Formats: sequence, C-alpha cells, structure tokens
Amino acid sequence: MENKTSRRSFLKVSSISGGGMLLGFSWLASLKPTEVMGAATGAKDWVELTGFIKIMADNQIKILSPNPEFGQNVMTSLPMLIAEELEVDWKKITIEMGDYDTPRFKRQFTGGSQSIRAAWEPLRKAGATAKWMLLQAAANQWNVPVAELMASNGTVIHKSSNRTLTYGALAEAAAKLPVPTNPVLKKSSELSLVGKSQKNVEGSKIVSGKSLFTMDYQVEGMLIAMAIHPPAFGMQLKSFDATEAKKMPGIKDVFDIEVYKKDYERAGFDTRSFNHLIVVVGNSTWEVINARKKVLAQWEPIVESKEMVNSFGRKKEETIPAGLESSDKHMQKMLELQGQKAKVLRKDGDPEAAFASAKKVIEKTYSAPFLPHNTMEPISCFAHITEEKAFFVAPIQIPDMMKQNIVANLDVPADKIEMKLARMGGGFGRRAYGHYIIEAGLISKKMKAPVKLIYTREDDMTNGVYRPAYIVTYKAALDANNNITAIHIKGGGIPEHAVHENRFPAGAFENYLAEGWELPSNITIGAFRAPRSNFIASAEQSFLDELAQAIGKDPIDFRLELLKKAKANPVGKNNEYDAARYMGVLELVKEKSKWATTPKGTHRGVAAYFCHNSYAAHVVDVSMKNGQPVIDQVVSVLDCGIVVNPDAAKNMVEGAVVDGIGKSLFGGLKFDKGVVTQQNLNQYRMIRMKEAPKKIDVHFVQNGIDPTGLGEPPFPPIFAAVANALYKATGKRVYQQPFINELNKKT
Amino acid sequence: MAKLNLKVNHKTYSVDVDPATPLLWVLRDHLHLVGTKFGCAVGACGACTVHMNGMALKSCQLPVSAAATQEITTIEGLSENGDHPVQKAWLDIDVAQCGYCQTGQIMAAAALLKQKPNPTDADIDNFMSGNICRCGTYIRIREAIHSAANLSKK
Repeated sequence: MENKTSRRSFLKVSSISGGGMLLGFSWLASLKPTEVMGAATGAKDWVELTGFIKIMADNQIKILSPNPEFGQNVMTSLPMLIAEELEVDWKKITIEMGDYDTPRFKRQFTGGSQSIRAAWEPLRKAGATAKWMLLQAAANQWNVPVAELMASNGTVIHKSSNRTLTYGALAEAAAKLPVPTNPVLKKSSELSLVGKSQKNVEGSKIVSGKSLFTMDYQVEGMLIAMAIHPPAFGMQLKSFDATEAKKMPGIKDVFDIEVYKKDYERAGFDTRSFNHLIVVVGNSTWEVINARKKVLAQWEPIVESKEMVNSFGRKKEETIPAGLESSDKHMQKMLELQGQKAKVLRKDGDPEAAFASAKKVIEKTYSAPFLPHNTMEPISCFAHITEEKAFFVAPIQIPDMMKQNIVANLDVPADKIEMKLARMGGGFGRRAYGHYIIEAGLISKKMKAPVKLIYTREDDMTNGVYRPAYIVTYKAALDANNNITAIHIKGGGIPEHAVHENRFPAGAFENYLAEGWELPSNITIGAFRAPRSNFIASAEQSFLDELAQAIGKDPIDFRLELLKKAKANPVGKNNEYDAARYMGVLELVKEKSKWATTPKGTHRGVAAYFCHNSYAAHVVDVSMKNGQPVIDQVVSVLDCGIVVNPDAAKNMVEGAVVDGIGKSLFGGLKFDKGVVTQQNLNQYRMIRMKEAPKKIDVHFVQNGIDPTGLGEPPFPPIFAAVANALYKATGKRVYQQPFINELNKKT
Repeated sequence: MAKLNLKVNHKTYSVDVDPATPLLWVLRDHLHLVGTKFGCAVGACGACTVHMNGMALKSCQLPVSAAATQEITTIEGLSENGDHPVQKAWLDIDVAQCGYCQTGQIMAAAALLKQKPNPTDADIDNFMSGNICRCGTYIRIREAIHSAANLSKK
C-alpha cells in the first residue's frame, strides 16, 4: 500500500529512489579488504566491510553516511540502521559523511522524503552482512559453529567457552570471507537502536561553529567568485565593460561564462535560470562585492527558445517564452485560463449531469504565488579543477545525478570527479539544481585556481528555481438533501498545475472530474518541499472545511465519512492513498487535540493530507489577542510507519509546521516586468520566533509498517489547518496566499 | 586599505583591509573564524550575530574600523570547549536541523541571558525575533533558552 506515489511527483522529486532498482542491487559488490589512510593521519589501517563500515584493529568503528545532509538528520538516522544490525555501541562509534561515490553507495540522493524509506532494507542488510562476516571469522578462528556465537557491542562472544573477540580483532579475517547474499535481519521486536532517540551526530560541531558548510570551506590560495546575472527574467547579457572593475583592489579577473554548452541535453535537475553570466573573481568577498558594482553590463530581451530536456528517460522540448512577466498579469491570466478548456486528468461517473441537476453548487478558487527557497546558507560551491582531478566541495541534494552534467559541461572524465558532500544550510529542493557546481567549475578552470563561488542573498533570491504560482477551483454539486453528488477540480499554474487527480477526495465520489492546464513561463521553477502538494493540500483541505460547514457536519467527521466510503467502495482504480491510514491520522489527531472539548476563546482548524507515502494531520489553535489572530499551539499526527529516530523526527515535524505557518501567512515572491521585487530578507517576510506557536505536540501512529516519508508530508496540510482556524477565529475565509493580505483587508 | 588591530576572543589580530569592510567578512575571510555565518548582509537574519563588549551585534552591519578597539566575541570564543550553558542546552534539546543559523541564535541567546538571566517567553520572542531559522526550530530554541537559564543557576 505504501508504494503508491503519483508517477509525476515521484519523477520530479525522486525518480531514482524506485525501490525495485535499489533493493535488487548488491550493496557489497565493491568490497575492498583494506584501505590505507594517508600518513598524515597516522597511517592506520581501516578494514572496510560492505563499503559503509570501517573497523580498525583497536576496535574503532566508523560508519559512513551515504546521503547528503541538509537538516533532515539522515547523517544520524541512516547510520543508525547499519549500527542496529551490526551490534555496536552507538556511543562508541564515529559517523562520517561519505564522499560522492555512487559505485560504493548506490544511492546518494536527498529528495522526495525517500532517504529512510529507500535505505531501510539495504542499510540494515549492510550492517547484518558485516555482522555475519565477523561472526563467521570468529567461528573459523575458534572452530565452533557460528550458531553458538552472538554479537554484542562490537564484540563476538562464545558463551559456553567464555571467549570473546572484538570486531577489530576479527575485521581483517572477516573481510576475506565470501559476502553473504541474504543475511537475516532482526525482527521488529528485536530492534534496540531503531526507535530510540539519538542526538544529531554533528550537534557539537554545529553549536561550536566548526567549519561544516560549503560557505565555510577555505584552502590556501582560494579565490572568491561572484556572478552577475540578468536583472530580470526574460533578459540576457548583451555586452559588458569590466575595465573599472578589473582595476579594483584584490580583483584577479572579470569574464563571462556560458553555464551549459549549446545543445546540451538537460537532465531533470539541470534547471538554471540564466545561462550567460559575468563573473568577478578576487581575493576576498568584500573586494569582489565592491568590484561587482563597477561592471557595466548591457542587457537585452531574450527571444523565444527551445531546449531539449531528458527528464528521466522522457525527452521533451521545453519552450522558454520571451517577455517580461509580472505577478499581476499572471493572476489575470490564470483567472482567464480557469474559464477556458483544460486537459481532463480523471473523470469518474457523470459529473456534468450531476452539476446540471444540482440543487446548489459551492465553488471556491484558491491561489498561491511563487516562493523562493531562501535556504539560510545562500548558494555556494567550491571547485578546484586541475589536470589530475575535478575537486568540489558542494552542497548538493543529488550527487548521483550531477555526473553527466559535470562531464558534459566541464569536459571532465567521470572517474576524475571528486566531491565532498558538505552539510547543507538548508535545501528544501533548491539544492537539487546543481548549476552552481558547473559555474564554480568553469571559473576554477579559467582561473586555474581553487575557487569558491558565493551567491549573495540577492543573487540567491533573484536567480532562483522557485515554487510555481498556482490556482485551482473546487466545485461541489449538492442535491436537495445536502448530499454531495459531484466534485470538480480544475487547476492551473505557471508553468505547471498542482492537481493530483488520483488523491483524496478522488475515490470518495461517484461523479468526479479533475482537469488541469499549464502556462509556460521564463521564470524557472523546481522542487520545493512537497512539490505541488504544498499548494493543492491547502486548497483541497480548505474546501472540504467549507463543504462540511455548508452541510452542517463536523470537519473531522465529514472527512472520516468520505474516507470510510473510499475504503469500503472506492470509486475508480487509480486512487493513490490508503484510506485506512488516512483515517488513522484523523482519528488520532481528534483524540490528541481533545477536539470535542475546545477551550473557550480557542478557535480550531483541522487539515490532513497524504503525500510521499505518508499521512499527516494537524489541528491548529488560534485565539484573538488585541483583535488579531494568534496561533497558540498545534497538535500534529504523522503516520510514516516505523520512526527510526523519534526526537529528530519530532523536530522535523515541528519545523514543517513552523515553516508552513510562515509560508501560508507571509510567503510570496512577486515579479514586476521580470524583476523580483523582494530581493533580500528585509523585503521578504519570513516567520520569526514571535509568530511561531508556543507549543507543537507531535504524535506518531505506531503501526510497525516499514518507514515511509517524513521530511515533506507534515508540510502541505498545515496551510489549510491555519486557514480553517483563522476562519473560526475571524469569520473570514482566506483563499489567496499569503493569507496575511486577506486578513489585513478591511471588509 | 588600513592596518587595524582587532580584539577577538581575547586575542589581538592585525589586519590590513578596507576599513569599510563589514566585520563579518573580516572574521570569515581574514581571521578564518567561519562560525559567524553569512545570511543576508542587510542585518535582517541574525546569522552573523557576534558580541561586542558583551552585547549582541549583527556583524554584517558594522564596518571593521568601528570594531577596532572593541572586545569582540564570536561563537569560537563563547566558551573554550563548547560548553557554555547555552551550547549545552542546545545539545541537550537537540535544537538544530540544518544548523546554519544556530551559531547566530546561540550568540543572541547568550547575550539575552546576560541581560535577563530569567527571561519570559515574551522576552525571548522579542529578543530572538531578529534571528531567522528557516528550518523552523523556534520552539526548541525557546525551550533551550529557558533550559540554559536554569543551567546557569546551578
């Protein structure tokens, strides 16, 4: 059941995480017996088992974390899966971030909330495999059957003879043994580390300000580079004069780069906003910032162009229209297109007839603007390209998928790519688009020097890969007895719509129609925490709230009724969700929030959603203080199966709630003739501590199901929970994000 | 360019830089104290928070020339072993997600506790609202500040 993911969102976010491909693979193919560390570190011998585990003779044990870390805490939780089966003392081992090494790690991809889900079996198997080899090595040495041995805390024990050997003592012999193909994994009742909260393995480094991020990386002789991109979407570089800039102190060079070669066939994550950039390179950041202002650039409008995109095997020609786009025109155009014919995405029964004979029709339109990711660490990348190798320190969510781009656009052979995967100061989808790795590489090649490319906050916000702008209209047909006889969803967006036609409430209504249209744009868009879901959940769950009210039902009971119907007699065959798990989160949030006994002065809103294989529900409490609505607390329920690291998972849900409250109230990037109008954080409002709720109460459904997604699922439903609570508090429904505008409008 | 003496974390550094350079870039590029983060350079996010004479200050907003005779403390100098009560509370509550803003948050929190050893929620919200956490760890930051206040009393 948990494998249901819409093909479209799946491809966009996490195409390589398809379970079959991953699980069928041997993770242990590249078993190397020993690896000698450099003399500088003391020339110690690490014995490597399974590519993820390194053991030294003195029983030091190191586990490599394969997936990029951007705050989702996989650098702790993925090694926990290995350690669980390996039987080592978590407190005594060290965890290290693995470098870019796809042959070793098979999957190095952070996106689509798939890290834990995809690693659940393979990483436990890696631990179990190594443990089996260590046990076998001890059995051989003692000449006893392996069944008489047990492994515990990094030691193999033969109880009857009271003998023990450390993993360190056994590792070398173990590494020479044949690798078992299918080691037995622990039963869920035997899990001892999984399910117990462990602290962030980089916590002490974070709180003491150690160099962890790409932005912090420095080497002797490193140059600083910044790029100048067109001031507006729809513009390109015509010419530039760098005479004055080059005379500025500390400046090494000013030149232009073409990021991707002409006719480069882009892969799915090769989006970049501007291909032709001016680059200023110098000794220090401040000198480059100053010199950059002295570059005289001429810009010109682009003409319509086409690019080939190979999106995970599906080739398509993408049109990049000319023109300088503005947010107000976008809104006009979206409303206009809502009135025109759109593509039918799904149709059940006879919705037209149901609407024609309806006693009453409820119709509401919802919209949301473009959003910038605004990761706290602005975009940056370190590159040093030499004859020997192409070395990068990169904050990248998808190291797996950068190879072809680097090979094609930097003319580097694949086997010469070395990449350190730095801890990322946030990602949220933005760092799936690694154009900055190519930019840094091109600059290093030209300068023949180590270079760190830095985007300022303004660069980051105006050279973005944004969340698209969306609109959707929900329509319900009601008969004389207030029965809902049909649902119609019509959505559009720039440049993509957000309709998930096979998600709830599809399956709960005999007559159902979902349609969508898309309007091309030259504003670049990409994945943003729960792509498309982050908008459609808001609209859908607000509409259901309004429907429940219209027919006089409790909003939770109304949803449960629909889900019960979808569970017993689902309409259509392609429904993506598991109605029982969906009901589960609603029932638990009802209980945990004490829904039935809302305190006086508290106004409550509920919303639930399914995405990335998981289910989430929130109840938001709002009260009025000095005539203004204040979000006091949130109760959140998640069903993401087994939770590997509960406190970190809780932190993630709290973060998603705060993030979602912030985006719903304040988020919105505006364009005026192609120019981003808010270019820094003093012009763009982000949620701050005084706007965050006082309390977020997080609960996980305990069902023993293999883990599903967590990073994204709690995010989409918070928007509607906020909207529905605001309605209860103010009597006003909000339809257009950011909600703060409608809230502040005088009625 | 100007030769300046800076007192950072009780050490004196001599730098030869444009006196208008924001303290942030001198700390990061010249003194290699990269725990002070670059987030916005307009004083809106707080990632670059340091202490000047014990008060919280956004280092992107101060020309290095104005910092010359002052006592500057960065996250690297907040405690010798990363065991300032605020740092301990941060670890205890496992506040961080991505971690990028947290050094700025910690410096702001430490300055707040110096002024108000027992802050209320409202004190914390007001003082800390100059620091953005994009991951949304505000609930834990608030909790950690209360916890650090208690730790300091012990």
